Amino acid sequence: MKQFEALTRKHDHQAVKYLIVDDSVFARKSLAKMVESFGGHVVGEAGDGCTAITEYARTRPDIVLMDITMPQMEGIEAVERIVQEHAEARVIMVSSVGYQDNILAALQKGARHFVQKPVKPDALYEIIRYVLNDDGVTASVGAAEESSR
Amino acid sequence: MRMDLIQPFIGSLDAVLAEMMKVPAKIVDLTMEEEGYRRRGTAAAVSFKGQIEGRVILDMEPGAAAQVASFLAGSEVDPSATIVTETVCELANMVIGNAVTQLNDAGFHFKVLPPEVLTQEQCEKAGQDSEATILCFETPGGNVHLNIAMQYLQRRTGERTPLPVY
Repeated sequence: MKQFEALTRKHDHQAVKYLIVDDSVFARKSLAKMVESFGGHVVGEAGDGCTAITEYARTRPDIVLMDITMPQMEGIEAVERIVQEHAEARVIMVSSVGYQDNILAALQKGARHFVQKPVKPDALYEIIRYVLNDDGVTASVGAAEESSR
Repeated sequence: MRMDLIQPFIGSLDAVLAEMMKVPAKIVDLTMEEEGYRRRGTAAAVSFKGQIEGRVILDMEPGAAAQVASFLAGSEVDPSATIVTETVCELANMVIGNAVTQLNDAGFHFKVLPPEVLTQEQCEKAGQDSEATILCFETPGGNVHLNIAMQYLQRRTGERTPLPVY
């Protein structure tokens, strides 16, 4: 997989922490590979919205990548509940279902951005960089490898 | 079955296969089935509810499924590996999700449910409830079948006939 210029946190230059939420193990692994190629660190995974809420509280990630269509609790409801409890949460919706009403609902509930599957690594990288905004900063790949050691 | 409802699924499968397999896919057969559906490989179904109700089955022959799984895993994958089933499920999710996105943006409002892996028995049952259109796509790794059965329940917003005023 293509290696990107690593994204690190501005305040401590550590790797960006990710929580990946998707009912498909395959999709989680695929997203994990991508964020690792961005120099990120996956701190938690969840297969449904309920688990995502508890995992968020436990791991306090910098970025959440959240699917929409999931069993038990869907992604949009999970975003709402996470953002109610943690206003600073940065959630990016990652779903194959990207119609306008769905995107709008997710943004209204507090999601910061939306990426449609199949996910293109370049597009996801740019969106994460945008969502991190002031808290994220690009560094060299070598520097990120140093910081993750 | 209305062609404007099927077209987004064809375009979506073509686009997703091109993105995930980096190979072209072409339609080689189109059939209608009213009886039980015989699974050809690994099959996953996605159901939807709303103005359009029904389900779509993505059925991939072992070689084609293993080829996509290998491409995505970055190394050779055995056709019997669990990851192949996972891949077909996720691929079904992408193909159907992308098509549903186009249909919703065109004014048909409905919701998709999470994908489910289908056994042969479930496939047969799924094929008995309604008439299905089956599209066969040819890829270098084997054929991919899209079995579409859906019912159009309501008109799109803006297409409704106004009530007469007395």
